[in-house]
Amino acid sequence: MLGKLSWSAIPTHEPIDMIASGLMILSIGGILIGITVKGHWPYLWREWLTSVDHKRIGVMYCLLAMVMLLRGFTDAIMMRAQQAFAAGGAQGYLPPEHYDQVFSAHGTIMIFFVAMPFIVGLMNFAVPLQLGVRDVAFPTLNSVSLWLAASGALLVNISLVIGNFARTGWFAYPPLSELRFSPDVGVDYYLWALQISGVGTLLGGVNLVTTILKLRAPGMSYMRMPMFCWTALASNLLIIAAFPVLTAAFAMLLLDRYLGFHFFTVGHGGNMMMYVDLFWVWGHPEVYILILPPFGVFSEVVATFSGKPLFGYRSMVAATLAICILSFMVWLHHFFTMGAGADVNSVFGIISMIIAVPTGVKIFNWLFTMYRGRLRLTVPTLWTIGFMITFAIGGATGVLLAIPPIDFIVHDTVFLVAHFHNVIIAGVLFGAFAGYNYWFPKAFGFTLDEGWGKASFWCWLIGFYLAFMPLYWLGLEGMPRRMQHYQDLGWQPWLQVAAVGALVILCGIACIIIQLVVSIRTRDRRRDTTGDPWNGRTLEWATPSPPPMWNFPSLPQVEGEDAFWHMKQLAREGEGQPAQPAAYGPIEMPKNSPTGFITAFFAVVTGFALIWHIWWMVGLGLAGAFATTLVFAWRDVAEMEIPAEQVASFYEAHPAGLLR
Amino acid sequence: MASARPIRLCSLVAVALFVTTPLGGCAEGLFHPAGPVASAELSILYDSLGIMLAIIVPTIAATLAFAWWYRATHKSAKYLPDFQYSGRIEMVVWSIPAMTILLLGGIGWIGSHDLDPYKPIGGAAKPLRIQVVSLDWKWLFILPDLGIAGVNRVVVPVGTPLSLQLTASGVMNAFLVAQLGSQIAVMPHMETRLHLEADRPGIYTGYSTNFSGDGFAAMAFTIEALAPDKFAQAVAAIRGRGPTLDAASYAELAKPSQAVAPYTYGAVSPGLFDAILRPQTPPAGPTHAERTGAPKEE
Repeated sequence: MLGKLSWSAIPTHEPIDMIASGLMILSIGGILIGITVKGHWPYLWREWLTSVDHKRIGVMYCLLAMVMLLRGFTDAIMMRAQQAFAAGGAQGYLPPEHYDQVFSAHGTIMIFFVAMPFIVGLMNFAVPLQLGVRDVAFPTLNSVSLWLAASGALLVNISLVIGNFARTGWFAYPPLSELRFSPDVGVDYYLWALQISGVGTLLGGVNLVTTILKLRAPGMSYMRMPMFCWTALASNLLIIAAFPVLTAAFAMLLLDRYLGFHFFTVGHGGNMMMYVDLFWVWGHPEVYILILPPFGVFSEVVATFSGKPLFGYRSMVAATLAICILSFMVWLHHFFTMGAGADVNSVFGIISMIIAVPTGVKIFNWLFTMYRGRLRLTVPTLWTIGFMITFAIGGATGVLLAIPPIDFIVHDTVFLVAHFHNVIIAGVLFGAFAGYNYWFPKAFGFTLDEGWGKASFWCWLIGFYLAFMPLYWLGLEGMPRRMQHYQDLGWQPWLQVAAVGALVILCGIACIIIQLVVSIRTRDRRRDTTGDPWNGRTLEWATPSPPPMWNFPSLPQVEGEDAFWHMKQLAREGEGQPAQPAAYGPIEMPKNSPTGFITAFFAVVTGFALIWHIWWMVGLGLAGAFATTLVFAWRDVAEMEIPAEQVASFYEAHPAGLLR
Repeated sequence: MASARPIRLCSLVAVALFVTTPLGGCAEGLFHPAGPVASAELSILYDSLGIMLAIIVPTIAATLAFAWWYRATHKSAKYLPDFQYSGRIEMVVWSIPAMTILLLGGIGWIGSHDLDPYKPIGGAAKPLRIQVVSLDWKWLFILPDLGIAGVNRVVVPVGTPLSLQLTASGVMNAFLVAQLGSQIAVMPHMETRLHLEADRPGIYTGYSTNFSGDGFAAMAFTIEALAPDKFAQAVAAIRGRGPTLDAASYAELAKPSQAVAPYTYGAVSPGLFDAILRPQTPPAGPTHAERTGAPKEE
């Protein structure tokens, strides 16, 4: 009846697990009860859960990322604490079977449920506004994508309470991840969570690429698109090309595990190297999927706060597309040490190094954007400067790793761990936080507190250096990654410094939370009444903050790069006021739809049932998801009309914004 | 503006960490190479790091300088609100990284070929063959020409090239002795090769770098490099004493165990490594699925 599921799946014998699960259930339960008591459900359901508004979906993606950041960071601090103590004969407080789950969950969560939703959220929020359009190409599909990502995150968190998570590392190499060596449900949780969220990511990619290629405001030619839209286009093209490979690789591993296939098994003709190959054919483009949108954020931030156009726009576009293409040609550098031979290794090594050229060009162009500018040192600017400096170091160690003979020494040591945290924290996360501080006033109509924002930046920056510089050194000393304990007492002081670094980062996270709370409490005196708090250059700043559901009353006419800057200049000079509609007309907008939420519900049911081999429930879940799709496909009314009076009264109440 | 200074301090701390750490610490790891492969890799690391620093240090300095000089409150700094293109600057920003990569690419190409793990180390001495098997969770070293074997420890002569053949029982691992140089992946039913040499006596610790399960952290092993006469004595002391490594004792050894104390085998049955590498090479046809002796799948 319940497949492999029984009471023994609840890890009652592991106190740390139980405390963590207890806290998680209590906090989720508390939130749900609070919402019920205050009667917020109708509002939440109407305005958020069923919303197909790209701005709301973007906000929910970012919220998902921030909540999961807390979970992933808890794992991080557990690992740092373990390694700070488990030296010599000491075993620390986490036994291997628990520690192995912690680092596997940390990697999985941080990549798939923190970094991905954060950048997808920023793209969702800003790209349609920057393009001067009212929504993405497929609004309901957008909601499906969001909720499928949330389903994956939920399954990973369920594994904390029921059963266990993978103990294979976040890339789950076979044969270790095969049934013979990992017979429990951990790897199944990993695989199904990522299959489900992967479908969401792919659909989201299709959506944003279509939006950028087909829905732009009149006059918004490709070479007039803001840099963030270019990086979003490149990133989503990579998603479309790369994610199916991951889905296929996971599907083969699932066939091995569920139906006795032999794609990657030991013997019977299976070959684990094929999985490694496929995984990184996705995995390397993935890091550029993650880093390109933050490059776009930095481009927007540095141009806005320097009061200058982005330097070398055409170069930046070329560099973005070069990275997009090259990122597909370097995956073998993740396994130089599998004995591919000198010619193959050096060709892939050199292509990997070549990616440093367009990336270096980007750094220099940001530098020359500041040159002869008027740089306002706001919170987004600080994140950007911190990024430029730290990323230069991460890029340098990346080039070192791309040289095969150096990789032979430091591959899969903590040097590698230090390198990818260097580029992902200082690149992706710093970019996400810069974007969060930059676009927050647009999303909510009030700015975030500068003081706490700066404090969070300094804690993250200093914490990062403390936590990861020691790992660079230990990697050169030969310390492998993923050690639950180690003999060499000489490593311990370095790992203790790293643990202190993690604590400083914890302060940074606390500052971000405090910043949000303080800003909400003092929102009345930090209202953005102009719609343009930063003296921006792109079209999102032409709307009131927060923008109405329809973004623009009529699609703006774009005359050049930095469209909004240009309009403001014209308005200042008094030549030709920006075209304002004499009278507002009615606006067609997509109707809210619960399709995404309900599909995701059935996806969770199906995933959970597949993990525990509860076959009747699998049938139920799939039938439910299919029925939801049918109901949506047979809908009679997909759009609603917002009457002209409502549009007019909105703009009467919100006198700000040039495009109104 | 006060906020720019802490960034500078931070990067100073970071650079200081990089520069001073090789002076302290224990005498292990890449900075204390004990063989030609590690020495060559260390010098490639120094060369490339030097080239990289030559480009990133000025970049970091320029970032801080520009952010400081062009801060909004510094009204005497020149402000060109429409400056967005300069062909000359564009040429420079594309050519600096390109030339750096040209240089590093050359280093990478030559280094990959010189230090290919499969390439035998030259020299007059006849290489010592070592067969390595990673198990759950320990390392088996077989010296087939000497007829001895050891678990988690192996003795080798100084100044003699070591020719390693590696395979795994069960899951994947990777073999790394940082002081001797290159690592290589170790995979079941597959053979990888690695050539190393120790050029001074010492005990060198190695690890698996590829996570392989619960006992992974205790998969440390030592390579003890001895002067040739001492090596001969050590081999004589091992040979003929202790257990024999044959199919039965290997099956016992292959059972999962953690933190195994090193020990040796005084004799090794011939062909054992090949039997581990290719367990009962199946003939084509219907017997494929029923073959015996192959690792059970599920």
